[in-house]
Amino acid sequence: MALTGLEIYKLLPKKNCRECGSPTCLAFAMQLAQGKGSLDACPYVSEEAKEKLGAASQPPIRLVTIGTGEHALQVGDETVLFRHDKTFFHQPPLAVTVYDDWEDARIQARLAELKAFSWERVGLVLRVDMVAVVHRAEEPGRLAAAAQMVQAALPYPLYLESAEAGAVEAALQAVGAGKPLIAAATPENWQAWVELAKKYGCPLVVSAEGLDALAELAEKVAAAGVKDLVLDSRPATLVQALTDQTQIRRLAIRKKFRPLGYPTLVRVPQGDAWQATAYAATLIAKYGGVLLLPAEVGIPNVLPLVTLRQNIYTDPQKPIQVQPGIYPVGEPGPDAPVLVTTNFSLTYFTVMSDVEASKIPAYMLICDTDGTSVLTAWAAGKFSAESIAETMDKFKLAEKVNHRRLILPGFVAVLSGKLQSLTNWEVVVGPRESAGLPNFLRARLSA
Amino acid sequence: MGVELQREKWVGRVTPVTLGATAAEGGTRGHTITVGGETTLPFLHFEGQMPHAPVTALEIWDMPPADWPPLLLDAFGDAVQDPVSWAKKCVDEYGARLLCLRLASTAPDGQNAPPEAAADTVRAVLKAVDVPLIVLGCGDFDKDNQVFPKVSDAAAGERVAIGIAEQNNYKSLVASCMMNNHVILSQAPIDINIQKQMNILITEMGMPPERILMDPTTGGLGYGLEYCYSIMERIRLGALQGDKMLAMPLIVFPGQESWRFKEAKEPESAAPQWGEQYTRAISWELTTAVALLQAGADVLVFRHPEARRQTERYIEAMMAPAGVEA
Repeated sequence: MALTGLEIYKLLPKKNCRECGSPTCLAFAMQLAQGKGSLDACPYVSEEAKEKLGAASQPPIRLVTIGTGEHALQVGDETVLFRHDKTFFHQPPLAVTVYDDWEDARIQARLAELKAFSWERVGLVLRVDMVAVVHRAEEPGRLAAAAQMVQAALPYPLYLESAEAGAVEAALQAVGAGKPLIAAATPENWQAWVELAKKYGCPLVVSAEGLDALAELAEKVAAAGVKDLVLDSRPATLVQALTDQTQIRRLAIRKKFRPLGYPTLVRVPQGDAWQATAYAATLIAKYGGVLLLPAEVGIPNVLPLVTLRQNIYTDPQKPIQVQPGIYPVGEPGPDAPVLVTTNFSLTYFTVMSDVEASKIPAYMLICDTDGTSVLTAWAAGKFSAESIAETMDKFKLAEKVNHRRLILPGFVAVLSGKLQSLTNWEVVVGPRESAGLPNFLRARLSA
Repeated sequence: MGVELQREKWVGRVTPVTLGATAAEGGTRGHTITVGGETTLPFLHFEGQMPHAPVTALEIWDMPPADWPPLLLDAFGDAVQDPVSWAKKCVDEYGARLLCLRLASTAPDGQNAPPEAAADTVRAVLKAVDVPLIVLGCGDFDKDNQVFPKVSDAAAGERVAIGIAEQNNYKSLVASCMMNNHVILSQAPIDINIQKQMNILITEMGMPPERILMDPTTGGLGYGLEYCYSIMERIRLGALQGDKMLAMPLIVFPGQESWRFKEAKEPESAAPQWGEQYTRAISWELTTAVALLQAGADVLVFRHPEARRQTERYIEAMMAPAGVEA
């Protein structure tokens, strides 16, 4: 049974030493009660308290780290079933598969493709996060060779899979310092994998068919001393995968069911790139952890998947913001129109795509409104004649264009008089809805 | 170890809505399509029923679209010149069982086609194909209010879905849909409270809830999809918790919201880092559709036939209670 913040507080040392990172013991207790953070952060907690707090002192889903250094991945530590209840915290890592029975040249080509695939979108870098190296070759030592090849080419954490713990151990001798995720402990062979995971300090996949067998296995492995686990329920179908993921999440969060309180792994089946894309998209939306993409899923399929992941894992309470500044749309010259709007990413993207649709090159002047939309920002006093004038000065708009004319969103037409007198620029009131921009811009051009 | 499965006990149910009318029901459609009826979140067959699979439609226009990229137009060839040929191609060649006709030519700042011409187009499409039809106006309130009554009369008895009805222009559309037994699309701008208010206003005029589809305003993948996704989840949870004014099926537009953006539009030559355009663009539309389905979509309107086809395959796999082996 989960404890309340006050119940937890009674068991804490009440020193308010701040060493856990919280300002007071009470604040720390509240964090624990919400399933955030771990009791381990308190250096002074008594053994008695540790025991009493038990499950309440651990987050419902363990945070597991894969890899080391700046590209290390964290997965798990989710606290809700729906993103609108709070937010989803740790994006499911996307792992692209290479097989160790591929020729070196084929592996290298795949790695080169992955290396090239990275770009920035609203200040966030989108890319693949992991490379899965899967053992299929008959030749001994091949998994180790392939893993080394991947590690030399890309800084991303690895996933190493084999039916034989020995093959993975040979690979770990070469790449174990990078703390790859290793797979998989099964009900038949888990002891050997526990030894490996302990020896190299690696997170471990536990794999069993169905939740009963999986929970039993996870409990055994945890009791044997390996806590950084990733769960694989081996679903036969996508419907089963969705069912398993939903159950694991509900059990962990609602019931604090420890044996399944870990992030998950989903193997997207091979065979059809379209349906593999749809499969992965389903589990990005619904609770998937590490997603293993089959070899036939290429960059053009991954592009929408990483974008979906970014969308679903955006914090609903913190809108994504665009950096304030002057943004060109197309290749505007000094006589191009200038449109003013706010730095809420949705506003920015909508206006940008509508200006693009007009096929008229233009500048967008993006004002800092703390990521709120035009009407909200105006109502909150964050989008005013003064703030627009300031932004114009700050980014030296007058040096960009040879005219003195601004297009203002129709919803804030009321600002035009003041803005005009503050800046001496002509202020033209644009359409209220961004969708009206193509016609508005074209009509102005022909006028 | 016995793991105790967690099943929600929902009290509500999504209202079933039927599109199209056969001869027996006073129309001329070859089949009808019913959506809704869910007593669970999407595809959680262990917990409740999904008596009707989500359905897919292809979008056609009454004029050649100016802003569709060549890759998309290629799928239809010369058929885009004429809504009747376009409709036939979608049904005969691409197997669409539902069409969505956009009366783009009526836009006052474009061709400004008169309401009578729009009604003629609707009549011609209904005559050419026997699948149920969704009809969308141009989005200009004043013009839509002139066009909708004519379209409603022209399609009398066929139980078409007409929209969009929005806070500021729902009255005359509701009245004409009620008179001719049509279904109305009720739209709110990614806002659960306005959506509910719209449904209350529409039903207070006498429109039965089983003739309303909700359009939560689709957000594009990478362009605000998450807002739409969460509003849809909240609407559906509301329905399952018993709120009848949030219980109408959801209609979404992954086609429209994919092909507006450069990730789908740009040829490979302009964006080599994104890879080959065909796979990328279809995957974009498909991925959008999958996310919307997971949030509760009942009707999905597509632009590219391959994206629709792949989504149909996906729905089929998701609707088999035990699932289909991949």
